[in-house]
Amino acid sequence: MRDTFIEELTKIARNDPNVLLLTGDLGFGVFENFRKEYPKQFLNVGVAEQNMSMIAAGLALKGKRVFTYSIGNFPTLRCLEQIRNDICYHDLNVTIVSIGGGFSYGALGMSHHATEDLSIMRALPNITCVAPSSLEETKDATFQLYKKKGPSYLRLDKSNASYDKSENFILGKALKVREGEDVTLIAAGGVLQEALKAAESLEGSSITSRVLSMHTIKPIDEDAIIEAVKKTKGIITIEENNILGGLGGAVSEVCMERNLRPLFFKRLGMRDEYSSVVGDQDFLRNHYGLDHVSIATHVRKLLSDI
Amino acid sequence: MPFDKKFSESLAKSIRIHALNMTSSGNSSHVASVLSIADILSVLYGSVLNIKPEKPDWANRDRFILSKGHAGAGVYAALAEVGFLPISILKEHYQNGSILSGHVSHKGVPGVELSTGSLGHGLGVACGIAYAAKLDGDSFRIFNLMSDGECDEGSNWEAVLFASHHKLSNVVNIIDYNKLQSLDSVESTLSLEPFKDKWEAFGWKTIEINGHSHQDLFSALNSSSNRPTCIIANTIKGKGVSFMENSVLWHYRSPQGDEFEKAIIEVENA
Repeated sequence: MRDTFIEELTKIARNDPNVLLLTGDLGFGVFENFRKEYPKQFLNVGVAEQNMSMIAAGLALKGKRVFTYSIGNFPTLRCLEQIRNDICYHDLNVTIVSIGGGFSYGALGMSHHATEDLSIMRALPNITCVAPSSLEETKDATFQLYKKKGPSYLRLDKSNASYDKSENFILGKALKVREGEDVTLIAAGGVLQEALKAAESLEGSSITSRVLSMHTIKPIDEDAIIEAVKKTKGIITIEENNILGGLGGAVSEVCMERNLRPLFFKRLGMRDEYSSVVGDQDFLRNHYGLDHVSIATHVRKLLSDI
Repeated sequence: MPFDKKFSESLAKSIRIHALNMTSSGNSSHVASVLSIADILSVLYGSVLNIKPEKPDWANRDRFILSKGHAGAGVYAALAEVGFLPISILKEHYQNGSILSGHVSHKGVPGVELSTGSLGHGLGVACGIAYAAKLDGDSFRIFNLMSDGECDEGSNWEAVLFASHHKLSNVVNIIDYNKLQSLDSVESTLSLEPFKDKWEAFGWKTIEINGHSHQDLFSALNSSSNRPTCIIANTIKGKGVSFMENSVLWHYRSPQGDEFEKAIIEVENA
């Protein structure tokens, strides 16, 4: 996803000299071409995320289109108030990009796992929050966020799902990547691949699954949720994030406010805890119950409990 | 144009009187913080900033950011005095439904570049504007005014490094060095000394002046360098009202009743 993002941003920068990429001293081996081709559009602000966000705000106030880049929680939580007061309150054209959503950084440990960012960033007024699940979604999201006015958050991760595309990517509109009637699996980010694998294995037991890539966490696609409740029996949300306030929270908010009653509803994610075990992304998904086997098990149990 | 000291001092007096009225009628805090910077604001808005009240978004205007946003009443007063806002709107400061919040706000207020209130934000944003101005070949300058207590915030020092590294000669940072912060003196909270040496060591051209001398302020604010400039303005918190001067109490206390009357008389007769 990281490489796809930077490829797309390089194209954007080629056509728009107003675009600036800021990094907090991260991106070794990634930015060389960009830097070489567009030295005036690249700025390494140093290991200083608060300042990176303030500089971004100042640049945007002067009319620049800014992307800030770092990993895990560094471009978000580390400088949250700068994002809130300077970037979001002033509704500036800044896209905050984090590489390493969820468990991407695996065995590097808890400090490098972004597992609350979706909930926290979503709570900021004015910001659009996107967690693409595939490389193609990453490319489209990068371009569409560039075109969009106002602040945005682009959460990328190391894993990515691959699926046959049947719909065009539109910000704020979920992509239906599989049709089914028994359950709707809604995922954000690369963990969509686990949902797809679960759907495939459930098919063997004659359980059909609708699978949605809810790449835009905010504004969330209410229509897709309404349709999912009406046309399937229940909903499971899957995210490498705390279940409080993230994707699952957003979907449940829509259900309650719209008076929608799926026959079952389950949020899969971190259950209000930190990821303290050591392991790679797959290992951690397995440990925290976000792997396809766990998802399929939940589906079977929830259907049998109806 | 020669510096008109009389005009400048008269403007400062007006800012002080507005600030007393605004904080009294709003029953709000930070009057001493405004009195501390009234002379700085007066010289900036009256004689230094290249701005057009009739065209607040003019592209080549100088930018001013009040990083110590709690002294917002002073900025509103200055903006009203130079024609960005009607004087009559100052009565609405801190009132329900007003656009003039206690901490300076840009929403609907022409002439305010950045809403602040949380300390340690102004300088970094100023540096971002300055960097963009350099890229675009613009000639305007960016002024940031911060408090001394605000220098406790680490985010400022990130920006200080950045400005120096990128030789942001279009940035002027003014520090309201009144030596008092919210609860206690700067010295007994987190000492900043040797303050000037610190800024010099970070690569800034640093000028230390009397922050109530309009002539000194005018000269310092107009000095140029190929480096970013820091003006350490030695000030007196509560300047102009004897019983507010150098008193931590008036960071939060609002002037009411006899105290308000006495304060107004002192400023008017100064």
